[in-house]
Amino acid sequence: MSVSPVVHIERVTKTFPQGNVTALQDIDLELTSGELVSLIGPSGCGKSTLLRVIGDLIQPTRGSITVNGKSASQARKDGDYGIVFQDPVLFDWRTVAKNIALPLEMLGWDRNRRRARVAEMLQLVELGGFAEHHPWQLSGGMQQRVAIARALSFEPSLLLMDEPFGALDEMTRERLNLELLSIWEKTGSTVVFVTHSISEAVFLSTRVVVMSPRPGRIAGVVDIDLPYPRTVETREAPRFFELVTEVRELLRSRGEHLLPEEEEALQ
Amino acid sequence: MLAVVVVLLGLWELYRWIWTSTGWTWPFVVNDTSMPHIWTIAKAFGQPAQVNQAALITVLLHKTAFTAKEAAAGFGLGAVIGFLIGVVLVHSRLLQRGFLPYIVGSQTVPILAIAPMVVVWVNPKLPGPLQGWGAVAVIATYLTFFPVAINTLRGLRSADTQALELMRTYAASRWWVLWKLRVPASLPYVFSALRLAATASVVGAIIGELPTGLQDGLGGAIINFNQYYSIEPQELWATNVIAAALGIAFFLIVVLAERAIVRRAPENVA
Repeated sequence: MSVSPVVHIERVTKTFPQGNVTALQDIDLELTSGELVSLIGPSGCGKSTLLRVIGDLIQPTRGSITVNGKSASQARKDGDYGIVFQDPVLFDWRTVAKNIALPLEMLGWDRNRRRARVAEMLQLVELGGFAEHHPWQLSGGMQQRVAIARALSFEPSLLLMDEPFGALDEMTRERLNLELLSIWEKTGSTVVFVTHSISEAVFLSTRVVVMSPRPGRIAGVVDIDLPYPRTVETREAPRFFELVTEVRELLRSRGEHLLPEEEEALQ
Repeated sequence: MLAVVVVLLGLWELYRWIWTSTGWTWPFVVNDTSMPHIWTIAKAFGQPAQVNQAALITVLLHKTAFTAKEAAAGFGLGAVIGFLIGVVLVHSRLLQRGFLPYIVGSQTVPILAIAPMVVVWVNPKLPGPLQGWGAVAVIATYLTFFPVAINTLRGLRSADTQALELMRTYAASRWWVLWKLRVPASLPYVFSALRLAATASVVGAIIGELPTGLQDGLGGAIINFNQYYSIEPQELWATNVIAAALGIAFFLIVVLAERAIVRRAPENVA
């Protein structure tokens, strides 16, 4: 549980032939079991690309990736990870319960087993009374909780999250940050969390990986030594601000060539 | 709904009254032949069209049942064929490029020109109970499959790219992607095509009856009453009313089925 590498990334480079863009260059990164690691950086730094490479949704041009000791493609086929996108991507013809059950259906679980697990997951994301609702009847934050429940329903060891709270308002986002932490503590899964919010990254993570753009590289890694469980007060602790500053300076030092609006997006 | 019908009937009579009382002849002369009274048409339902025959309404309802059978078979066959064409084409760019122009082209050939050939080709192959009306159903199929094929293809392609990516993370097979994502996503498109196809199948069945010389359906009745139009126009009008009612009934059945089957976010309902 403590030190086995869940994700091992070695010298990964990704070039997109269109426009000859180097999205990722020589990325080395290792995630151990139970970590919650944020990838942060300005738009175009390749953080989402890196997440998709781990999920075998994009193939790297060079380099190697292993997930749970297997190739990324084998890990995907084995259902080793669940994913949450910025949009909830719920199927609007399915109820909340059926959306959560979608991956279970494809794994061939029988009806009773599915029902039991869906009930558990609804409990986990605190949507007990909404099983029979359709997605469009829920708020954005509730929809994203359904997406999280769906991603965790088959108990993957790894959870990939691509700016999952990016489209939500600040209040909802902070509440969901707390909920994500409590889910993470209950499930013990390893989480890769892509974000462009410094405070979100620092608040959630065990480590923050700061990336810089063109080409996408790792500018530095900040260990977040704030104690868990983290609460509303954590955001007011002096150490929290120190770490936020540390991450921001790392972003600045490698980001002299940032456009003003990118700079702004990082505030 | 009912109010609109009453207003339309009122307008018919008002138009008649203005044109006959002023003697206007543009765009056509209005008289009991060109525009029979509403009540003349209504009364025609209750009277026999020919001596020693049942009331017109009874005769027409029998013919309607016959035409409805042809149209329903054509609609069902066309919907299935159209849907399958959509499913096959969405999986192959090559087939799409190769076949789509011909599928579109098929609809530019006048149905009246194809109908006699269908009768000649199809009818001899049909088993006894399908003789005659079976060929007409095939003609209705010809009009029905097209909108369903095109819209099914569009609908299957309407699946969200992120949803497709999500299915990829589950290592979902083509079959799962089709069944769990593409088909449900396509249903609003498919049903808007089925609504078109429902009325088209009735038109196809009526037109199909003309070259086959079948007297059992509404097409035969229309040809027949058309020949006596100058004497008894109300009988053709009565037949038209019934034919329209049949088309509307088909349409409504599809709408009801759609309501029962399709559960989508308000913004995704076509």
